[in-house]
Amino acid sequence: MKEKILINARIIDPSQKMDEKGSVIIDDKGKIKMIGNNVTKSDAASSAEVIDLKNHIVIPGVVDMKAFVGEPGYEYKENFRTLSQAALAGGVTSVVTMPNTKPIIDNVSMVDFIIRRGRDKASINLYPCASLTRDIGGKEMSEFGLLSKKGIIGFTDVIKTVQNTETMAKIMDYASDIGVLIMQHVEDYELSKNGCINNGEVSTRLGLEGISYIAEKIIIERDLSLLSEFSCRYHINQISSKDSLDVIKRNKEKGLKFSVGVSINNLSLNENDIGDFKTFLKLSPPLRLEDDRTSLVSGIKSGLIDVIVSDHTPEDEEGKRLPFAQAATGAIGIETLLPLALEMHHNESLDLTKIIETLTINPAKILKINKGTLKKGSDADICVFDLDKPWVVNGDDLKSKSKNTAIEGRKLQGKVYMTFLNGDLVFKS
Amino acid sequence: MAVQKNTSAIKSQPKHLLGIQNLSIQEAKKILEEAKAFISLNRSPSKKLDTLRGKTQINLFFEPSTRTQSSFDLAGKRLGADVMTMNVGNSALKKGETLIDTAMTLNAMHPDIIVIRHQDSGAPNLLSQKVNCAVINAGDGRREHPTQALLDALTIINRKKTIEGLKIAICGDILHSRVARSNIYLMNMLGAEVNVIGPKTLMPKSIERLGVKSFTDMKKGLDKCDIVMMLRLQNERMQGSFLPSKREYYEFFGLTPEKLKFASKDALIMHPGPMNRGVEIDTKLADDINVSLVKEQVELGVAVRMACLKIYCK
Repeated sequence: MKEKILINARIIDPSQKMDEKGSVIIDDKGKIKMIGNNVTKSDAASSAEVIDLKNHIVIPGVVDMKAFVGEPGYEYKENFRTLSQAALAGGVTSVVTMPNTKPIIDNVSMVDFIIRRGRDKASINLYPCASLTRDIGGKEMSEFGLLSKKGIIGFTDVIKTVQNTETMAKIMDYASDIGVLIMQHVEDYELSKNGCINNGEVSTRLGLEGISYIAEKIIIERDLSLLSEFSCRYHINQISSKDSLDVIKRNKEKGLKFSVGVSINNLSLNENDIGDFKTFLKLSPPLRLEDDRTSLVSGIKSGLIDVIVSDHTPEDEEGKRLPFAQAATGAIGIETLLPLALEMHHNESLDLTKIIETLTINPAKILKINKGTLKKGSDADICVFDLDKPWVVNGDDLKSKSKNTAIEGRKLQGKVYMTFLNGDLVFKS
Repeated sequence: MAVQKNTSAIKSQPKHLLGIQNLSIQEAKKILEEAKAFISLNRSPSKKLDTLRGKTQINLFFEPSTRTQSSFDLAGKRLGADVMTMNVGNSALKKGETLIDTAMTLNAMHPDIIVIRHQDSGAPNLLSQKVNCAVINAGDGRREHPTQALLDALTIINRKKTIEGLKIAICGDILHSRVARSNIYLMNMLGAEVNVIGPKTLMPKSIERLGVKSFTDMKKGLDKCDIVMMLRLQNERMQGSFLPSKREYYEFFGLTPEKLKFASKDALIMHPGPMNRGVEIDTKLADDINVSLVKEQVELGVAVRMACLKIYCK
């Protein structure tokens, strides 16, 4: 590989508190050689390829902590190749993949399979999760030790929650000893039974069964109580309501250590967007009130929420063209994660640096991976974007195999210009 | 001649009756006006018209129903349409056929109007996007039952001349009731003041946002009401324990002659049926022809459905 120098860039790297105009040199092994405002062409080898970034913004490649890839079993929804293309077009270079495939990733041979398959077919960094409980049944814990040795980054039942408090206590107790990351979906099933959207005016009008915010809050309360007893690496996948945030605040102030994620959907949409039964907006956790949405944005600002995820959930048309209650849950979003997040910069609700932080170094820290940074010596996974470029989301133009975007027709500002993976230019718009 | 006029009209978007929420006040009033004309026809010895001759009406019932189904059946036949009723039940769905599949199949048979009842809220909306003919909602999940609200309105107008200025109470299982929702929208639209009364566990969240006052006390909720609409306590939908017992429910929310005294002196009682006598309503009260409009509701139901079929059938 030839050395590269990216010139005329605005570099934003929250991991080194950097926001300055400058250049980046990528060495011949695909690592960051030099970065910053005092780097000039003379620092690069004379043979180095010069790429002019025209004052666009350089950030570390985005780390998405929650995405579903259809392999194995749901190749018709998404595969490693299409997920990679969608990710790179959205500046995402590292992806944590979910284990709710068919079969479910809960044993060592499945891990071997997906790691091999990912290596052959994917062109992004993949970090597979295994299920928290065997067969996502919520009863018996997975082989945390063996599976992590095989390369599993974390354990999650994706959109299922361990309901039994004793089981959860045992899981946390056991996990605390071997240091594995537990990623919990927070939902009490008795309270959310049959629910498909937020319990409120919209569910009353549409005649749909609602999911109360209490279903989320009560599991957070329970898990954090357990956590104060069994201090393991605990991460809440996604929260959706203002009340959950209050519980999190109280516990973080007490000094409890855990991390919290939120889906970009819950940051940019509310229950009213469901309109006349738009099944692409049937999500878990559900979209809630505008007041909840703004609280979640403030939660990021204050640092109570650590990461923003795409919650990329490809579903084919068949699964969505059904009466709302029967329709599949989830929306794609990996390609639009960064552009949609930039909306919060443009409408002045968040600092650009804060947004980038939640998409890069924060997830990397939680996952304990050496990504999300452009420090000297780290892998040259880089996203370059045009902060102001206007565009309109059209599902058919997105690279994901499924087209179930929750933001069809939305006017966005900011688009990925180039993506580098280990120093290679892998995407250019 | 009426048929001629309908077919020659410019076919833009097919119009559907999906819910009162999508209806304008003019449209609602037009249906009620049309329906009035059919009341006397239905009482005459010769009830058959040829307004919809040559038209095909399909009643697609995914959920069991006796009165709504037979009402639509008769309404279509009296207007001269060819009526086919399909009781799909849950079996077709279990066989893997989706609502869309069924819609496509039926659409290929060129119906002029489909009347659908479905257990899922929003199913008629989905169907209407996939077929070329008009769709009438005969009840979807807990969302809407527009023709029931329209027949209730017609029944009230028949007795009280107008709905404007009346005070109407809707009592019981509001949470699971599509009848309650459609009536809230329609009675509000026609100028009534609406109270809803029921135990807290059967009251939908943010119901006040629909333009009603909500009460848990019959005495307060029925105060000065001209119309008392009772709802069926839908046992089959009670998946959780919403209430301690039917007995307790009857004690606090069952309509008895004593509780009726809280309402206006000349208050009238309505019920969409089927009634659970002794659960939500005292059996003698339900049959008291001086106060109960239950039989009239069924009768006028046919007239309202004839009006809807006539208006929406292209």
